[in-house]
Amino acid sequence: MAEETRLVYKYLRHDKKFPHVWCPGCGNGILLGALIRAIDRTGLEKDDIALVSGIGCSGRISVYVDFNTVHTTHGRALTFATGIKLANPRLQVIVIMGDGDATAIGGNHFIHAARRNLNLTAIVVNNSIYGMTGGQYSPTTPYESISATSLYGNIEQAFSIAELAAMAGASMVSRGTVYHAALLDELIEKAIMKRGFSVVEVISHCHTHFGRKNKMGGPVEMMRWQRDSAVRIEKASSLSKEEMKGKFTIGVLVDRDLPVYTQEYKKIREAAKTMAATGRSILP
Amino acid sequence: MSTKPAGRQVLLQGNEAIVEGAIVAGCRFFAGYPITPATEISEAMSYRLPAVDGTFIQMEDEIASMGAVIGASLAGVKAMTATSGPGFSLMQENLGYACVAEVPCVIVDVMRGGPSTGLPTNVSQGDVMQARWGTHGDHPIIVLAASTTQDCFSITVKAFNLSEKYRTPVILLADEVVAHTREKISIPHAEEVEVIERIRPNMPPDWYIPFENNSRGVPPMSSFGAGYRYHVTGLIHDMRGFPTQRPDEIVPFMERIFRKINQHFFDIQMVNKEMTEDAEVLVIAYGSVCRSARRAVREARQRGIKAGLVQLITLWPFPRQIIEPLLRKVRAVLVPELNMGQMSREVKRVNQGVTRIETLNKIDGTLLTPGEILTRLLKL
Ligand SMILES: Cc1ncc(C[n+]2csc(CCOP(=O)(O)OP(=O)(O)O)c2C)c(N)n1
Ligand code: SF4
Repeated sequence: MAEETRLVYKYLRHDKKFPHVWCPGCGNGILLGALIRAIDRTGLEKDDIALVSGIGCSGRISVYVDFNTVHTTHGRALTFATGIKLANPRLQVIVIMGDGDATAIGGNHFIHAARRNLNLTAIVVNNSIYGMTGGQYSPTTPYESISATSLYGNIEQAFSIAELAAMAGASMVSRGTVYHAALLDELIEKAIMKRGFSVVEVISHCHTHFGRKNKMGGPVEMMRWQRDSAVRIEKASSLSKEEMKGKFTIGVLVDRDLPVYTQEYKKIREAAKTMAATGRSILP
Repeated sequence: MSTKPAGRQVLLQGNEAIVEGAIVAGCRFFAGYPITPATEISEAMSYRLPAVDGTFIQMEDEIASMGAVIGASLAGVKAMTATSGPGFSLMQENLGYACVAEVPCVIVDVMRGGPSTGLPTNVSQGDVMQARWGTHGDHPIIVLAASTTQDCFSITVKAFNLSEKYRTPVILLADEVVAHTREKISIPHAEEVEVIERIRPNMPPDWYIPFENNSRGVPPMSSFGAGYRYHVTGLIHDMRGFPTQRPDEIVPFMERIFRKINQHFFDIQMVNKEMTEDAEVLVIAYGSVCRSARRAVREARQRGIKAGLVQLITLWPFPRQIIEPLLRKVRAVLVPELNMGQMSREVKRVNQGVTRIETLNKIDGTLLTPGEILTRLLKL
């Protein structure tokens, strides 16, 4: 315990902006711990990391950690991260977004970032709701769930963030929960170390809004639900469709090597320089 | 701006001259999304930047382009984007962010007819007010306008310099005619061009206050990865960059971002005065219209009318210190524009009834001709 506390002290801006804004028991706190432990395991220097976040409860994470941090506009975190990474490819860029942030307002940026395959890590905190604005339905709110803007039950179908990322072309896609904290450390570490666009979908809970409106209990009950619904990907194949009903898989879901944007761009630079040197440049 | 520096003589269109100006000014990052009549800027950037170790990226839309530009600038690289009216509207959200977070960058808006998708391949000057007030909330902004291909080169350099000097986005307004006019210009040798860099911190990292309220109003800016870890946000923040709701921190911050522009008014406001010393009537123009106005003023002189011309290069902040004394000396002022009267409204505001202000507005997607301006000049 003492060692964990010291670790936290090394990475938090403890002398600056605490206490934090999150509700007691919110999954964002557990994610923050997992992120710090994962970064510590990678051995990266604080100066080598740029942490970019969107707008939402989870977006506040950038205030608390002692890196180069940017709290962007709602949905646009990945676009800022793209510019940072291209301007300084040596920076390890980690992006934290909420489910609304990443897949509603930022949905287009999310799929294109995955397709482009820059060496970025995107962590999407999926609490099935818009937390910060008071619990309206999001693209991941389950069918028939109650929210501040779906009091009669949600009639929209939910996205699977991990599947969306995989289809769009991400190099690594994984899913964890804040209940399985040790696994989460590992998934985030792997994602950071992966060359290419990596996505970690983090199933979390917003007991204040989603839990309360859907009578799912407090943080403890909601984490129990995570424990009982998550199946390790290694185990999932041995289960029948019936047994998997209402459950979701956790672990590394996709891991593949695809051309990385910054590496590809080096080819463009060489071609442009050759052309300029041979005087065949298009402009005078 | 009219003095032609010695250098390479090249045949370029305005959009290409903007690209050359940007590269000489040190721009090494461009993110954009194609739109007429700004597309050639993206195209030229895509083959020019990689040759100088810069980066071009075509983003999924203009919101993303503006976000990427901010990110690149935070990482220490001079960055630019270019668009036209509809894309400029999309950029406004992140443009406001760049103002509050004090991120230097240049945004080119090649104006076409509007509103909405409007007249895509026709000229207009309809975005003057959008450039000033398009974002939400209160903040100052610097907006420059180019009127010739040579201007496109030199004013782009100015745009980058002002942006770096004052840690603020600078908008460069061009229009379809300026952007597509192909003519001979001279590109000075790089050593002859004044290029300004943002002030970077030199104190130990622990002492660095990223949004310090210093006498210039412009705090030094560190690049991400340079050892000064700090927080950047679009929220109103304290001097350390952290969100605040304390009135005693909000007010000094807001005052500083206005002060850093107001205090340096004379450095920022640029106009070109021609034949104004003895002028009895004055034309105030900008952009492509200014070229027609110049010809009209010269022809008026030939007919014995004491006409003068003021070309506005800085549109915002409006160069009132230069315009006000001129208004007191003339019988009447004509403001020709390709809109329903956006800049003339500002001239009238500054005029406060001192002299007669007349407007000449054209909104049919074609340029105001020297003849049209002259006809009105003769009647003033
Ligand atoms: C352009 C824009 N639209 C709307 C908002 C309001 N807004 C702030 S946070 C948020 C939703 C956050 O939900 P999510 O991304 O799921 O994150 P959470 O708060 O649940 O962590 C919204 C809609 C905004 N800040 N900007
Ligand atoms: S509103 Fe929900 S997501 Fe936001 S801090 Fe509270 S519990 Fe967490």
